[in-house]
Amino acid sequence: MAAPRTVGDRSSWNLQNRSLLAASAFRTSLGDQASKGPRLQAQFLLSSLPNKSLRLVVPIWNRSTRGIRGLGGAVAPEGNQKKRTLLQFLSDHFYDVMALREFLLRMQMLKVHQKNRAFPHIEEKHGPYIAGAFFILKQGGAVKFRDKEWVRPNERGHFSLEFLQFQAVPVEAVDASGCNINYEGLNSLLALKELRSLSLRCCPHLDDWCLSRLHSLANSLEELSLAGCPRISERGLACLHHLQNLRRLDISDLPAVSNPGLTQILVEEMLPNCEVVGTNWAEGLKLGPEEQPQDTASPVPA
Amino acid sequence: MLRRALQLGWSRGLFIRRLGTRRGGSSLDWDGNISEIKKKIQSFLPGGTWNPLYDTSHLPPEQSDVVIVGGGVLGLSVAYWLKKLEKIQGGIRVLVVERDHTYSQASTGLSVGGIRQQFSLPENIQLSLFSVSFLRNINEHLAVVDAPPLDLQFNPSGYLFLASEKGAAIMESNVKVQRQEGAKVCLMSPEQLRNKFPWINTEGVALASYGLEDEGWFDPWCLLQGLRRKVQSMGVLFCQGEVTRFTSSSDRMKTASEKEVILKRIHEVHVKMDNSLEYQPVECAIVINAAGAWSGQIAELAGIGKGLPGTLQGTKLPVEPRKRYVYLWHCPQGPGLEAPLVIDSSGAYFRREGLGNNYLGGRSPTEEEEPDPGNLEVDHDFFQDKVWPPLAQRVPAFETLKVRRAWAGYYDYNTFDQNGVVGPHPLVVNMYFATGFSGHGLQQAPGVGRAVAEMVLEGHFQTINLNPFLFSRFYLGEKIQEQNII
Repeated sequence: MAAPRTVGDRSSWNLQNRSLLAASAFRTSLGDQASKGPRLQAQFLLSSLPNKSLRLVVPIWNRSTRGIRGLGGAVAPEGNQKKRTLLQFLSDHFYDVMALREFLLRMQMLKVHQKNRAFPHIEEKHGPYIAGAFFILKQGGAVKFRDKEWVRPNERGHFSLEFLQFQAVPVEAVDASGCNINYEGLNSLLALKELRSLSLRCCPHLDDWCLSRLHSLANSLEELSLAGCPRISERGLACLHHLQNLRRLDISDLPAVSNPGLTQILVEEMLPNCEVVGTNWAEGLKLGPEEQPQDTASPVPA
Repeated sequence: MLRRALQLGWSRGLFIRRLGTRRGGSSLDWDGNISEIKKKIQSFLPGGTWNPLYDTSHLPPEQSDVVIVGGGVLGLSVAYWLKKLEKIQGGIRVLVVERDHTYSQASTGLSVGGIRQQFSLPENIQLSLFSVSFLRNINEHLAVVDAPPLDLQFNPSGYLFLASEKGAAIMESNVKVQRQEGAKVCLMSPEQLRNKFPWINTEGVALASYGLEDEGWFDPWCLLQGLRRKVQSMGVLFCQGEVTRFTSSSDRMKTASEKEVILKRIHEVHVKMDNSLEYQPVECAIVINAAGAWSGQIAELAGIGKGLPGTLQGTKLPVEPRKRYVYLWHCPQGPGLEAPLVIDSSGAYFRREGLGNNYLGGRSPTEEEEPDPGNLEVDHDFFQDKVWPPLAQRVPAFETLKVRRAWAGYYDYNTFDQNGVVGPHPLVVNMYFATGFSGHGLQQAPGVGRAVAEMVLEGHFQTINLNPFLFSRFYLGEKIQEQNII
């Protein structure tokens, strides 16, 4: 939580600077006097200089560095973490850094939104199937038109535009694994009314709100994979009951689901005609100490 | 050489010192230092009970542009939108006065947390749709740098309204309005209902409406804390205290039709500190009454309703606290994961709570059996007599259930037409209302907050036209009835 700031912060900072400047002026005038003075004094100064300058400089060095490390003290000293705490420190003290960080955060969110914009001109020209397919391919996913081969982008994200001829051919399967699809982006996907297989594996921006929209595909969807989506929980899975034609549902490896075993059973109850793939819930159970597998217990012979 | 070394030492020292801003300042022994200085001043200037350097850090500021009375979800939402829509960053100073920082009696935390679009008034539907889009992107709206994202725990399970033959026509026309406004609601026949939810007994049900998207329930506490965190980072000031008095001036004015009216303007809000007699008058330009169930009292403090009955001066804010019970029960054979929030034609409702076959529910009492709102004690007989029978009739599995827990909360009940009051008071010119939502204030808070902020900053509603919700309808007698009040 960022602490509330007052204007006082900044004015005291200026004030402090001014007093420091005054002090330095005073010191330089002292130095001038010392150089004009007798030799003895100079020698005295010379002999005591190393110690004095050390005492002058070292504590300040320590203090300022302690300030930075002190804030990050609780965090493990890893490269990334350290940078974060330094930024935190700076944004606690400077408005500009704070504003910059807020701006960066906003830009990050805007980027996801921009990627999820639909392509209305393509939809106008080529119809919803082509527009949906184009959207998925742009995102880096793969599309399969009925009775056609899978269309996939290459490593650079390029894909051939041959599929633009398949206007009347409905899209049958979509593999959007790892895409940045969010709630808005689903608009293009939900226009594919004859979609039978949909894979949304490991989509970082897919959440419970999105799952509640899948009801419009209820008549066609037979296969759905949600494995590995970090933001999907049992609350969203509850509204998959609209998809009564579903034959196969993959809900394995969902970190936000609180009780994966129980959730799987309840989803199976909710969708009696569907094969539900979940994590093997016996896996999570801890074995007793005597039952622990022997070969891992003694990996290196003495 | 020596001078250079000296200068180098100093300049380096200076350079480094310039980097650090936090030095000395508020040391650990601040209070000790202060009391020492106090003693010194006392010895220089002795004089009776005169107390120099009084620590006032716990008091609210002496001036604030906007004072929001009530730090619940509505008040915080107004604060958020005021700061968000202000033209110059930091241009408005906002103070939120909340009586109880633990929110032990606040309606926000005690609510069931439902959100729906199945209202009969277009304004209510628009407000809910706006709020849904706010809640959907809550981590963008309420994002704070370095703070963890909020987990709203939204359950998109929908609302299922059941109507008897008598209510079927009304339901049909309501759903038509809802669809026009863009809500995804479908109508279901008893047959379809039986197929979809086999655990419902459709006896006496003629029609059902079911929300497919954007309806369900969420964690109100999360929204409250998220708003609080964001609003604090935007520079809104908080104060724990109670508003006890307004100082205002009044002017005699003449309307266009030569009628004399007295216009009042609030200048100071007296905020009494918790557990003490100490108070602080806060000079302010605008007061926002978001005190929920107690907003009627706040309005009375400002002199609203003190006049001859039948005149605009004598028109009270018809908002009063009403006690509503919520029961949590366990039923092993109850509806499964697909269960929506069901609202029976009798007015009883229930929803699933978590995965362990627990259910939440309740019912609004009729006008005659309204309980005393003085405390928050739960009447368990009410469940036995009024809630359980209709629910067990609707869902036969509920014939065997065990009540686990129960609590009560307040509705900011508008006795006039069960709808919110938004916007300024016509006579007390700088008091704005955001209250009276009779149980759906939580779900509409983001939209209402924006509407009030627009009214304060621009002088008219921009996003959603809430003119029907203005205070003047109480004087003119124009009821805008909402049929779907639970």
